[in-house]
Amino acid sequence: MAVVFEKPKALTDAVLHYCPGCTHGIIHRLVAEAIDELGIQGKTIGIAPVGCSVMAYDYFDIDMVQAAHGRAPAVATGVKRANPENIVFTYQGDGDLAAIGTAETVHSAARGENITVIFVNNAIYGMTGGQMAPTTLPGQVTQTSPYGRDTASVGFPIKVCELLSNVDGATYLERVAVNNVKNVKAAKKAIKKAFQNQIEGKGFSLVEVVSTFPTNWGLTPQKALDWLEENMLPYYPLGVYKDKFAEEK
Amino acid sequence: MTKNMLIAGFGGQGILFSGKFLAYEGLLEDKSVSWLPSYGPEMRGGTANCSVIISDTPVGSPIVSNPDILMVMNMPSLDKYEDATVVGGQIFIDSALIDRKVNREDVEAYYIPATKLASDEGLSGLANMIMIGYVIRKTNIIPFENIERALQKVVPASKQHLLDANKKALELGFNYAE
Amino acid sequence: MSEKVLMKGNEALAEAAIMAGCRHYLGYPITPQTEIAAYMAKRMPKVGGTFLQAESEIAAINMVIGVSSAGKRAMTSSSSPGISLKGEGLSYLAGCDLPAFVVNVQRGGPGLGGIQPSQSDYFQAVKGTSHGDYRMLVLAPASVQEMVTMTFKGFDLADKYRMTVMLLADGTMGQMMEPVSLDMGEVTEYDKSWAVTGTNCERSHNIVNSLFLKPEELEKKNFERYEKYRVIEENEVMYEEYMMDDAEYCIVAFGIAARISKNAIDMARAKGIKVGMLRPITLWPFPKKEMRAIADRVKSFISVELSMGQMIEDIRLATECTRPVYLCNRTGGMIMTPEEVLAKIEEASKGGNN
Repeated sequence: MAVVFEKPKALTDAVLHYCPGCTHGIIHRLVAEAIDELGIQGKTIGIAPVGCSVMAYDYFDIDMVQAAHGRAPAVATGVKRANPENIVFTYQGDGDLAAIGTAETVHSAARGENITVIFVNNAIYGMTGGQMAPTTLPGQVTQTSPYGRDTASVGFPIKVCELLSNVDGATYLERVAVNNVKNVKAAKKAIKKAFQNQIEGKGFSLVEVVSTFPTNWGLTPQKALDWLEENMLPYYPLGVYKDKFAEEK
Repeated sequence: MTKNMLIAGFGGQGILFSGKFLAYEGLLEDKSVSWLPSYGPEMRGGTANCSVIISDTPVGSPIVSNPDILMVMNMPSLDKYEDATVVGGQIFIDSALIDRKVNREDVEAYYIPATKLASDEGLSGLANMIMIGYVIRKTNIIPFENIERALQKVVPASKQHLLDANKKALELGFNYAE
Repeated sequence: MSEKVLMKGNEALAEAAIMAGCRHYLGYPITPQTEIAAYMAKRMPKVGGTFLQAESEIAAINMVIGVSSAGKRAMTSSSSPGISLKGEGLSYLAGCDLPAFVVNVQRGGPGLGGIQPSQSDYFQAVKGTSHGDYRMLVLAPASVQEMVTMTFKGFDLADKYRMTVMLLADGTMGQMMEPVSLDMGEVTEYDKSWAVTGTNCERSHNIVNSLFLKPEELEKKNFERYEKYRVIEENEVMYEEYMMDDAEYCIVAFGIAARISKNAIDMARAKGIKVGMLRPITLWPFPKKEMRAIADRVKSFISVELSMGQMIEDIRLATECTRPVYLCNRTGGMIMTPEEVLAKIEEASKGGNN
């Protein structure tokens, strides 16, 4: 009998703890598929963040390190420098990567660390129950912006790909989304490329995945996908923000 | 026997280097030695000093606050450390840079215009080593005949061409006739 | 024995780390320990190692976590304010049972404080650098030679017990030069099958982690870790006694304060006062048993510290307050003279109020 669908080898059998409709599951799968297809499961090391995906170490069937909040790129730097033959990636949310870990993010990119960063942007702090994130949209209601994000008082969201596109050390930056089949396919391609870059020693690659959080957005999974399309994508346009090697062609 | 020495002057006069030279020669003589510099922003253009201890017994505190031998290459250092010198101690003064005499009468004072001698003899920047040569002569803190081996240890590999000049400066100080 | 060379404490320590097999130094500049970074920047490329100047102390300690997770010997060094920043990482190192070697060349505090020598991070090192139930092995060298031997030994202890070893030095130890022998012997290799090096698809995945959401699991982990600490307290205490055989008064001092105290003891002995010293080399584990035994034969203790009096609390605990404990201290970067220590010895010998 032909197998038409199976679980990627790079995922364990553990049951994901993510909320219904949350797209972490899709993104985990895309990362695992990329690892499988590139044949690097045995030498890949993942760095889990603090945030919703803190327990990613249980889901990926590869060696994993759980890092302190925001420090995943620094830990990844250490792992990669210790054993450069390993493929090292971080999996981080918006609070982890773009608030408390901003320095680690910018400087690992500036150093051109040969690592892969998977950045899940869902515009909210999930694990702590829905507070304002560095990527929360202007006017967006969260637990700590109950009257909507007031940019006059708390400023504007950070656009990570745009910010890092000015960092000379960064190699590849692309923003993708996982709200429909077409975008999921594009996301897969970007994630795989971000790993491929590392295999080829090309340096720092980051894929920002615009994602949903139905529970804390207070929407059904389907409505959350619509909300993403209508609100997040205009603010966070999809596309390649930097591809050093493509530019050199 | 233990000799506690304090060397002080401006940053850039080679204060720390001259102390290192003495300590290294002490080490080669199988003595217990220590060398402790002042450090921090004051080092850049300000005053610099280092404590050097050469002893037959293990060195306790590496900090010399009451020197047996004081070598000074600027006025502020003489003002600061003259009174701290032990009774019967020896004070060496670069008289080209310090235009006063030692006030105390219970110490031995030695004056040598080291900075002027250095510029007269084409040894600019080596007034420190001229002073050290003179110190060795008057204190026997280390034997003079072995200066070359210590110089080879402390002069960095990239500056080996300065060995001869250092040696010449030491000899000039050692043979200085007041 | 190899020829002795004259080296600065900071540089000797750095060379000893390389001899101990450390090939990854991750740090950030701060006075008075910057020579360590400068030395490593020069040497590491020549021995095939990595020197990396991190963007912050926090990043540096997390890079150490990464290297250590990957099974390699790693170190970072800093001075007081920088160690505070590393606190987060030190707690994670403990929670993940990772080996690491961390140097604190102490300067005066609190806050930005000053840059002159101090011992006022004693509490921080032995009581609580960061959050949670954990310990670090704390080594306090009192000579450049010990900077070398304790570094070499520190890396070994870190691997042996899978924990952080902190070398607690001060500005004097880092800056001074003394003759040292770099003859260290062989490096012991420890099993690191727990490290993340890739499964090679041949074993179940290794996870380096300090998160345990089930309290019963976390409690069990902590109990296990404290059992390890108990073994360390039993086996790894290091100290030196100086003139203690007939001593009636016992100075307790570490690092530079112990060096100064030696001069004071010699001066007091010349005056006929029977004083000696117990110099802890491990500040944790603290030589508690030894101190308790000494308490039965001396009249009083004198804690000599470059702080407002931190170790004195451990002396009182160790001696169960059976003897008076005097304090001779300077702080903020000031260093006591042997005469000041002598005055305190004389006060103690007269049984003055402590």
